[in-house]
Amino acid sequence: MNVIVEREKGLLELEGRIADLRKHSADQPVDLSNEITALEDKYAQILREIFGSLTPWQRVNMARHPKRPIGSDYLAALDVFDELHGDRHFRDDLAVIAGFAKLRGRRVMVMAQEKGRDFKDKVRRNFGSASPEGYRKVKRLTQLAGHLGLPIVTFIDTSGADPGISSEEHAQAEAIASALATMADVPTPIVATVIGEGGSGGALALGLADRVIMLEHSVYSVASPEGAAAILWGESAKADEAAARLRLTSDDLRDFGIVDEVIPEPIGGAHRDAQGTISSVLDAVDAALEGLRHTPIPLLLDRRYAKFRRIGNV
Amino acid sequence: MPEWLRIRRGDEALGEDAAQWTKCPKCGEMLYRPELAASLYVCKNCGHNFRMHAFDRISMLIDSDFVEIGADLIPGDPLEWVDKVPYPQKLERDREKSQLSEGVVCGFGAIGGFPVALGVMDFNFRGGTMGTVVGERIALLFEAARERKVPCIVCTASGGARMEEGMLALMQMAKTTLAVRRFIAGGNFYISVLTDPTTGGVSASFAFQADVIVAEAKASIGFAGRRVIEQTIRQKLPDNFQTAEFLLEKGAIDMVVKRPDLRATLIRLLDYAAGDPAHRSGRNGKAAVAHETPEEAPA
Ligand SMILES: [Zn+2]
Repeated sequence: MNVIVEREKGLLELEGRIADLRKHSADQPVDLSNEITALEDKYAQILREIFGSLTPWQRVNMARHPKRPIGSDYLAALDVFDELHGDRHFRDDLAVIAGFAKLRGRRVMVMAQEKGRDFKDKVRRNFGSASPEGYRKVKRLTQLAGHLGLPIVTFIDTSGADPGISSEEHAQAEAIASALATMADVPTPIVATVIGEGGSGGALALGLADRVIMLEHSVYSVASPEGAAAILWGESAKADEAAARLRLTSDDLRDFGIVDEVIPEPIGGAHRDAQGTISSVLDAVDAALEGLRHTPIPLLLDRRYAKFRRIGNV
Repeated sequence: MPEWLRIRRGDEALGEDAAQWTKCPKCGEMLYRPELAASLYVCKNCGHNFRMHAFDRISMLIDSDFVEIGADLIPGDPLEWVDKVPYPQKLERDREKSQLSEGVVCGFGAIGGFPVALGVMDFNFRGGTMGTVVGERIALLFEAARERKVPCIVCTASGGARMEEGMLALMQMAKTTLAVRRFIAGGNFYISVLTDPTTGGVSASFAFQADVIVAEAKASIGFAGRRVIEQTIRQKLPDNFQTAEFLLEKGAIDMVVKRPDLRATLIRLLDYAAGDPAHRSGRNGKAAVAHETPEEAPA
């Protein structure tokens, strides 16, 4: 059960009434515009009341909202995208979509974690949990980007790396470790954006970046709230409490110096204006790339080192 | 007991006769502690490897003085974390239990006459989890080793990133990765020794970024924890799943070594790493950027 979706149900009736009145006002001589305005004001007020300030657990649910824009939505908004497939060893992991692209006219290498939209698509994409093959695709294309001098743009949205038998057999730890190592080395700028769930090491594997951006209601956490609650209190039902303890919101992470920039979302969440949200994310990525464009590579790598070197210093 | 260890441990940890006997968790045999220590904490009855205290492992490997670095770094409480117990209280309890200030001991010494940087993680301290101090000490170790141009050996034992330090803990994966890559790009040699258990954020960062990856026999090694996998797939895993031997068969690590052979093996590896002096200049002259492809585990 998604607590945001539950709350939205209460708004459906009001939305319906506004739509009805609109329809009537079109084919009736009576002027209903006052009533419509009043209802719309009320609707906006309720939206602000419900969504104006979200708890960490509500934000987790917002990040997992079934209508939230996902990786493929961002890719669809690029000028051009040519997908590149596979890890050249074993298979093409559909939990990561990657390839050449143009973003606001810039040539880039783009990589997105993809949860999938309908159920069949979600299953195909393992609900966005990448296997070692996905991280090896990331590693391969990071190296290719370095080879060609293409900046790298990543979109992070995963509950975590796949914890299955085959993933362990194919050395999931090594795959993530190698993706991280390659991102540490690559001599081109990297801009990462957390667009939904940033689930632990499986998310960070696309997040060792020169600039880290986060959508307001996305989350980024060392462990899932359910997992943390199970470890701490032996019951995943306390996930809301764990979410508050973990400090996983965009505000927390900006305060910790882990995230450089937070992009505001429309009231009620990114899905209420998907195209607008996607557009503001792409604008921010574009601006970040422009900002990194004139940094000499040795300095870029020194700054990348220093950026993560100072996190959590005691 | 070597001089550095006597100083480090102080007196109170010694001479405790209360716990002179301990039970092997595998076979149930009662073992006399001094004897167990002499056999490198391997059960004489069934061969079970006890998890070693960091100091015991250091004295097993190092044949010289050992100079610790970063020992004075103590974790804060950045999240003001409380679950059943406040985080600072957990730290205090583990300091007492383990006689350690954090989950890794780092420093410099010599193995078989080869000067090395050595980091040893200890499962007794917060399950060997990596928080800000573990990440910082590991990064300091690789930076100092790079300065001195000595090989680096890290013995891992970890349940992953430390939850009580949240995302600051997770980010230590990035920090340690960057330090490892700089160290290797400088033409230096890194060996990781995976001991029981090595999982999560530690295995997915510096543990699996080494030039040569050695695992101690029967150690449990992986990314996801066994219980998480079993819950996900709703079935029980075979006993050998995620063991060192399993990983060797899958091609994920270079070798499995029995604990009594570990020191001699490391000495041989350090010897190979000296390379042929005729080719050394090219190696060390390498720029610290765009290091070639790292090791690749065959799928
Ligand atoms: Zn035994």
